[in-house]
Amino acid sequence: MEPSGTLAEQSHSSLLILAVGNPSRGDDALGPLLLERLAAMREQRGDWNDIELLTDFQLQIEHAVDLENRALALFADASVSCPPPFQFTRLRPARDTSYTSHALSPTAVLHVYQQINHIPPPPAFQLAIRGERFELGEPLSAAAEANLTAALAFASQLLTMRDVESWGQFAEVCQNSPWNPFTPM
Amino acid sequence: MSTLETAAQPEYLCRIAIDPLSRVEGHGKVTLFTDRDHHIRQARLHIVEFRGFEKFIQGRPYWEVPVVVQRLCGICPVSHNLAASKAVDQLVGAHEITPTAEKIRRLMHYGQTLQSHAVHFFHLASPDFLFEFDAEVARRNIGGVMADYPDVARQGVRLRKYGQEVIRVTAGKRVHGTGNVPGGVNKALTLQERNYLLADLDLMIQWGRNIVKLIKQAYALNPGYFSDFATIRSNYLSLVRADGALDLYHGGLRTKNDQGQILFDHLDYRRYAQVLREQVKPWSYMKFPFINSLGPDRGWYRVGPLARINNCDFIPTPLAEDERREFAALGEGQPVHLTLAYHWARMIELLHAAEAIHELLLDPDIFGDELVVRGEMAREGVGVIEAPRGTLFHHYRINEDGLIEKANLIVSTTNNNQAMNESIRQVAERYLDGKELTEPLLNQIEVAVRAYDPCLSCATHALGQMPLYVELVEAETGTVMDCLVRDADGTFRHSG
Repeated sequence: MEPSGTLAEQSHSSLLILAVGNPSRGDDALGPLLLERLAAMREQRGDWNDIELLTDFQLQIEHAVDLENRALALFADASVSCPPPFQFTRLRPARDTSYTSHALSPTAVLHVYQQINHIPPPPAFQLAIRGERFELGEPLSAAAEANLTAALAFASQLLTMRDVESWGQFAEVCQNSPWNPFTPM
Repeated sequence: MSTLETAAQPEYLCRIAIDPLSRVEGHGKVTLFTDRDHHIRQARLHIVEFRGFEKFIQGRPYWEVPVVVQRLCGICPVSHNLAASKAVDQLVGAHEITPTAEKIRRLMHYGQTLQSHAVHFFHLASPDFLFEFDAEVARRNIGGVMADYPDVARQGVRLRKYGQEVIRVTAGKRVHGTGNVPGGVNKALTLQERNYLLADLDLMIQWGRNIVKLIKQAYALNPGYFSDFATIRSNYLSLVRADGALDLYHGGLRTKNDQGQILFDHLDYRRYAQVLREQVKPWSYMKFPFINSLGPDRGWYRVGPLARINNCDFIPTPLAEDERREFAALGEGQPVHLTLAYHWARMIELLHAAEAIHELLLDPDIFGDELVVRGEMAREGVGVIEAPRGTLFHHYRINEDGLIEKANLIVSTTNNNQAMNESIRQVAERYLDGKELTEPLLNQIEVAVRAYDPCLSCATHALGQMPLYVELVEAETGTVMDCLVRDADGTFRHSG
């Protein structure tokens, strides 16, 4: 897309999916790979044109600007702490320990948004996909590949219902019992 | 070199680990050995993870290298991309690329410098200036800055975003850019892209001026502390342009000693291996580079903003040059050795980057259509740039099939390895010796390291991987005497 206007005036799709991770760091590729596969699916469909897919190595303060003028946001990332295959949660702005290092957490990005814009951020959710190995040059592990398949199936379901209420219900279900890819939704 | 590098009889000392360092890019660890009276006997900065860069690159076709090296580091992918591109230019015989290609690359590089310096100052370092060391820990972070200095925080976010947009427009993509190709670039700018980037630029320059002013105010409020904290005398290494100007993209190598005398100048960086060596120490995965003629004990040096501003004769943009003159006066004819002055120098460079972007956007060459040159293939290429954190070397050798046979990278943080160790030893001796260790005191160690803006990044950040704990261990018995833990809300507590 050609740029137009100033940084503050760019037009945005209503739903942003922001995936983070390094494709050359083993299972850290889970986020970018999910996005890549969603992009391929979008090519085949005519009703996903209001979805913007962004990928980056890490979340940083400027990603708060990417959230401006969105109706809904989804953060996708590899996780070493969520139960396999993935976890889907609602996010709220919060200060947390991510100030300690090189990457912000999604909740900290929402907090930055709130601080710089003085309004609440758009409703945001996180799809954390379980990863196991993160060494430079490693391929995706077999376990992560299976988790990615499950996460992709779930994400494609999510995108058929792009409203906060439905996503909130999904998050509640996921919170109460880990997602089983073999259970029809 | 400090005597605190290696203690005599460490088995009788207590060990304290700060692991990982907070508000540093990536993962580093500091270990302190104290005796029972809390006297510091040894202080070391460690790199936790070996990254295996060279192995990752070996065996790949040379034309893939500029793209693939961006995956080495999530913090400065553009720097690796540009250094590798310059090395690959030599492999394809492009000893001089076209004016359009060079100016597009420079734009990309200044965009990278702007965003990197902005995020370091606003997100990582500004709490060190805006709050006292003993301020409430939960407040002494970017959240606290946003609450107490909302305009400063807002400007930081927008500056960072602007720099990222310059990268996106010139590299073609936000990440994993493909704009640089062997011998040049694959696209120039359109008028629409130029106008888009120009639209916000005056504001960015103004904010750059404001930030330098803010740093100067911080210095004026506490010159004694600024002058003393973590300050060490050192040699300096950087690129300079042929006329001695600051140049972040290309030039010859210049080194100065701690008196400001030039050791070597305008050295063709392809000869770097003749003048620089790397020392291996058994306690660290990261090597310790030094100037060969001086040896490892006297030849270590500093790179990055402080080195560049100390080394150059002038800055070729007017606002930043005015600031450089004021800064240089601190040194009274010698280099400025204050470690905290890294922040000041860094913000002068941020202002310079914004000014340089402005000049480049008004240059008609950025719309040119001569993008790539090629010449006679060579087996070896060296690319050097001044990355935001300092001088970055990429050196490749290819085989007859064009596959990388050998790669050698010296990254900016490695160049500063000995200097960072010297700075933490100065802080340990001056501020921690004989005192019971508390979180605010340990934070001073981190402030010293943070001034260098080290990139210890492993470029992986999966959710759930950021513990911070400090253990006080009785080395003789291995008993943990105390443990300091940082909780999810940023507060500290003693545990166990």
